[in-house]
Amino acid sequence: MKLELIGITKRFGSLVANDHIDLVVLPGQVHSLLGENGAGKSTLMNVLYGLYDPTEGEILVNDKPVTFKGPGDAMAAGIGMVHQHFMLVPVFTVAENVALGNESTKAGGMLNLQETRTRIRRISDQYGFDVDPDAVVEDLPVGVQQRVEIIKALVRDAEVLILDEPTAVLTPRETDELLGIIAQLKADGKSIVFISHKLREVKAVSDVITVVRRGRVVGTADPSAPTTELASLMVGRSVSLTLDKKPSTPGEVTFRVRDLTVQAANGQHVVDGLSFDVAEGEILAIAGVQGNGQTELTEAIMGLQDHVTGSITLGGNELVGRSVKEVIRAGVGFVPEDRSVEGLVGTFSVAENLILNRYDGAPFAKGLSMSRAAIDKNAEEKIAEFDVRTQSASSAAGTLSGGNQQKVVMAREFSRPLKLFIASQPTRGVDVGSIEFLHRRIVAERDAGTPVMIVSTELDEVLELADRIAVLYRGRLMGIVPGTVSRDVLGLMMAGMPADEALAQAHDVQGGNL
Amino acid sequence: MTPQDDKPVPSPTDGEAPLTRRDAKDTARKDEARLENAVETAGGAVPPPAVPATAAALGAGPAPESTLMQRIMTGNALVAFLSVVLSLILGGLLIAVTDQNVARTSSYFFSRPQDMIGAAWTAASSAYLALFQGSVFNFEGDSFVRMIYPLTQTLTVATPLICAGLGVALAFRAGLFNIGAQGQILIGATFAGWIGFTLHLPAGIHLLLVILAGMVGGAVWAGLVGLLKARTGAHEVILTIMFNYIATNLVLYFLSTPAFQRPGSTNPISPQLDATALYPPLLGPAFRLHWGFVVAVLATIFVWWLLERSTIGFELRAVGANASAARTAGVNVSKGYILAMAIAGALAGLAGVAQVSGTEKVLTSGVAASFGFDAITVALLGRSSPWGTFAAGILFGAFRAGGVAMQASTGTSIDIVLVVQSLIVLFIAAPPLVRALFRLPSPGARRARKGGSTTPTPASTGAAA
Amino acid sequence: MSTATTARDERKNGAGDATVRSWKTPVILSVVALFALLVFALGAPGNEVTFRLSEENDPIVLPSIVVSAPVIGWIAALAMAALAVLAILRTRSERKIPTWVLAVFAVLFLVAFLTWVVGSARTPNVALYGLLAGSVTLAVPLIFGSLSGVLCERSGVVNIAIEGQLLFGAFAAAVAASLSGSALVGLLAAAVAGVLVSLVLAVFSIRYVVNQVIVGVVLNVLVSGLTGFLFSAVLSEDSERWNSPPRLPVIEIPLLADIPVIGPILFQQTIVGYLMYIAVAAVYVALYHSRWGLRTRAVGEHPKAADTLGVNVNRMRFLNVLLAGVVAGVGGSFFTLVAVSGFGRDMTAGQGYIALAALIFGRWNPIGAFFAALLFGFATNLSNVLSLLGTPVPDQFLRMLPYVVTVFAVAGLVGRSRAPGASGIPYIKG
Repeated sequence: MKLELIGITKRFGSLVANDHIDLVVLPGQVHSLLGENGAGKSTLMNVLYGLYDPTEGEILVNDKPVTFKGPGDAMAAGIGMVHQHFMLVPVFTVAENVALGNESTKAGGMLNLQETRTRIRRISDQYGFDVDPDAVVEDLPVGVQQRVEIIKALVRDAEVLILDEPTAVLTPRETDELLGIIAQLKADGKSIVFISHKLREVKAVSDVITVVRRGRVVGTADPSAPTTELASLMVGRSVSLTLDKKPSTPGEVTFRVRDLTVQAANGQHVVDGLSFDVAEGEILAIAGVQGNGQTELTEAIMGLQDHVTGSITLGGNELVGRSVKEVIRAGVGFVPEDRSVEGLVGTFSVAENLILNRYDGAPFAKGLSMSRAAIDKNAEEKIAEFDVRTQSASSAAGTLSGGNQQKVVMAREFSRPLKLFIASQPTRGVDVGSIEFLHRRIVAERDAGTPVMIVSTELDEVLELADRIAVLYRGRLMGIVPGTVSRDVLGLMMAGMPADEALAQAHDVQGGNL
Repeated sequence: MTPQDDKPVPSPTDGEAPLTRRDAKDTARKDEARLENAVETAGGAVPPPAVPATAAALGAGPAPESTLMQRIMTGNALVAFLSVVLSLILGGLLIAVTDQNVARTSSYFFSRPQDMIGAAWTAASSAYLALFQGSVFNFEGDSFVRMIYPLTQTLTVATPLICAGLGVALAFRAGLFNIGAQGQILIGATFAGWIGFTLHLPAGIHLLLVILAGMVGGAVWAGLVGLLKARTGAHEVILTIMFNYIATNLVLYFLSTPAFQRPGSTNPISPQLDATALYPPLLGPAFRLHWGFVVAVLATIFVWWLLERSTIGFELRAVGANASAARTAGVNVSKGYILAMAIAGALAGLAGVAQVSGTEKVLTSGVAASFGFDAITVALLGRSSPWGTFAAGILFGAFRAGGVAMQASTGTSIDIVLVVQSLIVLFIAAPPLVRALFRLPSPGARRARKGGSTTPTPASTGAAA
Repeated sequence: MSTATTARDERKNGAGDATVRSWKTPVILSVVALFALLVFALGAPGNEVTFRLSEENDPIVLPSIVVSAPVIGWIAALAMAALAVLAILRTRSERKIPTWVLAVFAVLFLVAFLTWVVGSARTPNVALYGLLAGSVTLAVPLIFGSLSGVLCERSGVVNIAIEGQLLFGAFAAAVAASLSGSALVGLLAAAVAGVLVSLVLAVFSIRYVVNQVIVGVVLNVLVSGLTGFLFSAVLSEDSERWNSPPRLPVIEIPLLADIPVIGPILFQQTIVGYLMYIAVAAVYVALYHSRWGLRTRAVGEHPKAADTLGVNVNRMRFLNVLLAGVVAGVGGSFFTLVAVSGFGRDMTAGQGYIALAALIFGRWNPIGAFFAALLFGFATNLSNVLSLLGTPVPDQFLRMLPYVVTVFAVAGLVGRSRAPGASGIPYIKG
């Protein structure tokens, strides 16, 4: 099936999310859509999948114009989509999820799940998916859930499969398996639209690469094009992929974690016996695939987790068992991973958000009464210092862009003397300009002698910032390696290999190549 | 850092999905993505001159609406006014349709339609006239006292409505749906009443103790809900509804015990409260208006200060707007829930005091009337702001006071007041409906998107979710 | 009503979430067992208790059950204590407490309580069959109401307006049946009235995305005011014409109706009673085994997923809410066509809220809601019967029982219930 997008434009009010985008997907082709977060890739795919109406432009299937009133039409035309956030009903079984919207029925509208099960098994066998139709989706690992999504598309005879950031939640190994599946699908004559901002994967999987920036197609490239060329195409200027930073001069070790274990409500050990130190003036990055205990680790330090055992000391003071407020008062600065949920109150003003964890202390409050003047003055200073682009200090924080929201969070955390700084996914969903700014501020904090802990799932960020790297896998520490280690070693560790083995294996491979 | 990357953008969240606590995460991500789109597309390859922040602020559109609280606050006065008018018209129609004369004249509608129209007009207008006379100003009164008596009646009825409404509003601001004002009033009145008729203390101290007891009673009853929610995650809507029924039965039980039951009576009624335990009349013995109204005004001022100017209010609002962020910022969310409910209960308890020491002077299981439920509509109409609640309390107080007079003089059942009140709240909650009915331009029209014809509404929220 | 929300929030907030090794259940069981020992065993009345299973002139006469109150009290209390100890041991070794422990415990408590309370009455003799049959009768509107809630909430719309649906159904049934002289017309009118309330709920909560709890609460006030107004303006003016509906006849199924105890419950009902059994079964089967049910549950759990598969989320929700109106409306007709003949102001008296509680207690499952409603009906009927027998327990405490039980249920003390994932959240595309 040949799929063509001609001059697709999508406006949301005054914003242009897609600006005259042209795209051709040929049968048996893997066509990658490369672009930064927020470049307009997902909007485009939602238009293609019938979730949004295009403002202008048309879609051709096998050279015939089509209009999609909803996803149903798109599916009927042979387009399937695997969303970045899986569209699976967690309490349903695989069969129920696959049947939904496309149910085989017996008399009287009664479900015939048996037929659905049979079809799932057939597809599962054909591609080696190993999916049990009767498993409940919420019990399945992420990688398997993704296969269920693919099955959903295949059951509906999709000829074009859109994969939206499919590797964001996968381990390197699961990613490899996915790339294998893509190759198989391609061999069967299916077309794949692969949406990603990860250059390596795009290069590995694509036949054609279309680069999108700020809602426009800025060029197409061959997978063999050099990474730097693709990167500069993607971000619109030549980017120095490395940050200028001086080597660290670690001082005294003031932050120690010993045998830290965090239990989830179901009894599972989500953080399992962690021990590590962070010294003054160094950045320790916590790397790992999302969901391997990083969130719980930072929350345990902040006092946000129950069922924490072990010890966390800052300057000799125990933090386990303390309330969040006490941890904050002990001088811990924290940038949570999801700023719109944990970092900011979207409906509060920027000024209020800038004192969100200092509202009850001087100079903002005297007793129970808060001082407007002090709050406004603080806001003015921080907005200027951190170059927060906002209409005014009284604008709701939720109206700011991701980068500016993150600046508000950072400004708040850096505006008190810190003994430890923790940032989780500090630049997720942040534009390139702000990333540089935020990274510089983090390094500056390190150079000022604060122990810094960065949690990131982006290897680029980890390698850019870290003086040392700790890798988490299923709540366990795979080891701590220097910040100069190779990606291969980190990849192996992220897939569950202890540091020494990973180092040895990576060394062997290199040796073999030589 | 390139200057074009981040510049102030008009809020693309205007006319966007209402935020609920549940999907806040998703929506927030969505908004964020959109905002980034906005930044990137607006920034463009060729940087436009950066708009000075002040200019952008001046030219800014309507304030971004994104959560219940904010929308409740940024209510459109015109929509509110039209909602009241529309509800009164519908109520009038209902009065006319059920009127005997209208029914009679409708039998010969086609020969003399003016008779029926006239009868309908007479029915509705006389009812509303009686309502007005009974609530604001009685121009047929033979003395000044008689003339302004209705207005003082309105304020008297408004007193418990304002107090309990403030309680509901405060809980709303902390993200809690307090349907339980009814039970809190009852328990508050029980505590207050018991002090009032059991202890015999000097004037002043007695009343003070009565007020305190009423607040404590309400606070304990509501605080229990807060505690259960904080400790077990039970939903406060169900809890408060159940607590209302438990409270009613509890009070009935108390009134069957010697400690509460009037000596010699077999009915569930308490002895009269001591004179020292009663609110003194505010305007002299000719009027029923008592000092409880002044307490209600003070309560309004207090709630305003608490919410807008105090650290406690900051915490409660943060918990209500985004509990996760509040918790991450060191606010004790559990404590926030308990505190919010306890203060809300204390305010409802004040309403109980207004009843038991102001107007009723005895404790019965019906002492709360339906003020607890009316308080919800009062808080909604008042958009959860203290002064809005105050005004809404007076409006609904007028309806209720006038309704009694209307029922007495024209025979129109006071239930019509419930109909009008609930219609007002429904309409106010759905501004697009009101705009459509009055052919007003929709502020969100320019930004209308697919499936987005549903403009956000004041009351849409997930606070309950 | 989504307690799952709070469950999720709470996981975030970490406030009192079930600890990894939760002592909540064993502690509660121990306290209750201790209470049983003190009251039901030590405080047992010394006499015998008679539970009658049939009347003397019934076609089939069963002998009455006569038990000694202290014996039953001691046996039950000791058994409960044993179960509590088992729960403690289980928890200590970090193993789950089997569900049967809780079930047996609950049954024991009920038996002991019933024996104690009847034994302490002035006349320690109760017609068990009447108690049960009366419970079912009282539960009929509750069951309809909670099924209405199931239909709405499973599709993602919180229905606080059950009370209004029942009341309007009752009102319409009375008026239509009076005017037409036919109870069946009244039944139909009740369904239509329920749909009207649903329509307002659907339009405001789905089309205008007004908060569903607010719409529900306000709708209840609206219906109460409207029916109250019409009652005094129209019905009372000429109650002969407007408010004297014929009652629905009781249809006895020959032979089957003569079976002791269960005969009257299952085979001696009005149309509304039979419809109730049919509705429970139909909703259950449809919800879990039909295409409609799959889609309904999907839009209630994860509407976006359903949308991406071509299911029209808001249409599904709209239809479900309307259907819920039919169910609750029919339930409302019980008040005016079965229970009494004629409408009275606010005659549903909060039954809609109890139905809501039954829905939650029954974990959003039609069968669960059915049994929860039966339990509440039993509690209400028991308080009626006991006040006749002269009981030591104050009447008011028995009347608050359903509400107290519900508080315990939502507080997760009898196992955490999980609401449909998207219940209460409006769905907006994009």
